[in-house]
Amino acid sequence: MELVIISGKGGTGKTTITAGFSSLSDSSHIKADCDVDAANLHLMFDYQIESRVNFVGAKLAAIDLESCIGCNLCMHYCRFNAIDKTIENKVVVNPLKCEGCGACKVVCKHHAVSLNDEITGETRKYKTKVGTLTGASMIPGAEGSGKLVTQVRKMAKHYSDGKEANILIDGSPGVGCAVMASVTGCKYGIIVTEPTLSGYEDFVRVHELLKFFNIGALAIINKFDINDKMTKKIETYCLGNDIQCLGKVPFDRKVENSINEGKPIVEYDDSIAGKAIKEMWSRFIEFCFKAEEGSKI
Amino acid sequence: MKVAVLSGKGGTGKTTVATNLAYIMNAHYLDCDVEEPNGHLFLKPIIEECIDATILNPKIDDIKCTHCGQCSEACQFNALAVTQTGVIVFNELCHGCGVCSLVCPQRAIKEYQRGIGKISIGTFGKNIFLSGKMNIKEPMGGPIISKLHAYSNFNELTFVDCSPGTSCNVVKAIEDTQYAILVTEPTQFGLHDLNLAIQLLKDMHIPHGIVVNRSNGRDTEIKAICKKENIPLIGQIPFEREAAVTYSKGNLLVDEDPFERIFKEISNRLLHLLKVEV
Repeated sequence: MELVIISGKGGTGKTTITAGFSSLSDSSHIKADCDVDAANLHLMFDYQIESRVNFVGAKLAAIDLESCIGCNLCMHYCRFNAIDKTIENKVVVNPLKCEGCGACKVVCKHHAVSLNDEITGETRKYKTKVGTLTGASMIPGAEGSGKLVTQVRKMAKHYSDGKEANILIDGSPGVGCAVMASVTGCKYGIIVTEPTLSGYEDFVRVHELLKFFNIGALAIINKFDINDKMTKKIETYCLGNDIQCLGKVPFDRKVENSINEGKPIVEYDDSIAGKAIKEMWSRFIEFCFKAEEGSKI
Repeated sequence: MKVAVLSGKGGTGKTTVATNLAYIMNAHYLDCDVEEPNGHLFLKPIIEECIDATILNPKIDDIKCTHCGQCSEACQFNALAVTQTGVIVFNELCHGCGVCSLVCPQRAIKEYQRGIGKISIGTFGKNIFLSGKMNIKEPMGGPIISKLHAYSNFNELTFVDCSPGTSCNVVKAIEDTQYAILVTEPTQFGLHDLNLAIQLLKDMHIPHGIVVNRSNGRDTEIKAICKKENIPLIGQIPFEREAAVTYSKGNLLVDEDPFERIFKEISNRLLHLLKVEV
């Protein structure tokens, strides 16, 4: 069973909670950090990198200056403004703007354009005390984060035992291709939200995405005591929209310590957030059990 | 003059910094976080116009199409599948590059503008507000961000609120800007992602400075990065629970002490840096 943890809004506490759940779950369950833009989950554990593999996630055009006659046809057809003039009246590709579509290669009459594999990041297999963690480090500015996410998930499936893979996925903020690649095929999605106007709006949007993918939605309200009114608004929304609210985590300054010390918050005995997250994990297990029983009837 | 506000890590305070600075500096505001825009909650603009943001997608003329498969072969994004009976277009994979239309020997492919989101144009006070919002189920917000930039070439100062991360959405948001503010927080996550964002700005040759949000007063490791990378520290916004409460209600921080003074100091420092570095 694949469980993904997402948020819509950034900074609500996805990685803190995923790290907590990782610590409480069986070490045979694979953890996957699909926040490839800004991967942080591995920082919550003592880790060893067991393997690193370059990932080709896009194509990149390149101009052979000897063959280029400076006719600018490629510039005319490039829809991404990725081709610039050089001082010598030839052209050069801007790698940060190039989307690797190959239009320049199609139109060039002088065979001056090649379309080459572009390494967009590196996938990693980490060994941690909570088990195997798959993740990636994307090259800043690279295209194709969705593809890299898909690769991280493939690796997680590959490393899990047997056919019934249990995978816990740390998602990224937003609702675009990286998040879609993180959630597709998951059985459940836990939305970690915060009781703020921004958090609420973004929560509603990411829930819409889960509905589209037909994924069972649950919610956790993090730092709930910042705003009781907004917390109630989220709870009401959950009730009216078939979202199982797993609970509320209080604001706890110890979370910052846990991040800086690289230790999941659930491992701090005196943490109110840690205690709440442990309760939430128990509730999730119970929810899954009941759902399983319910589907047998 | 466009100043980007980005971070790497989500939730560090990009929108807080962008909206509060736009407000006290009488600047325009551009919300390029098209997946999850929030700026409107704080600036409360009067929206005057809502326009469609579109992407060019292919439409196949089934009568002219001979199912030769050249479009599918040429497409780098697997957005076309050619069967014996026709061509299936996967719009969600299409980048709108036009290659299929270029290669079709029968000229059977035309392109049409398909709506992928909306752009809202309005005002807050005397300043211009622009925001993009991508439709749910769309994978790519890039075309919306490019359109936002095309609609906002103002002479006056404009803050560009970016999405979290360092991928293509952020690249599109910052590529038309002349300076960047990196908003970070004094945690290991913040630091890790700050370094990624710095790398991106260096690669794009955009001068930049750092604002620390939820500062603990020392911010030792961030200051070390500033020294090592020769990046100016524009300001430090202290951690205050009250700020989180104010933010949660959708209110600007600058309406209250001590944030009015803090943001004024940041704005003065920023103006100085813009004169010197841009």
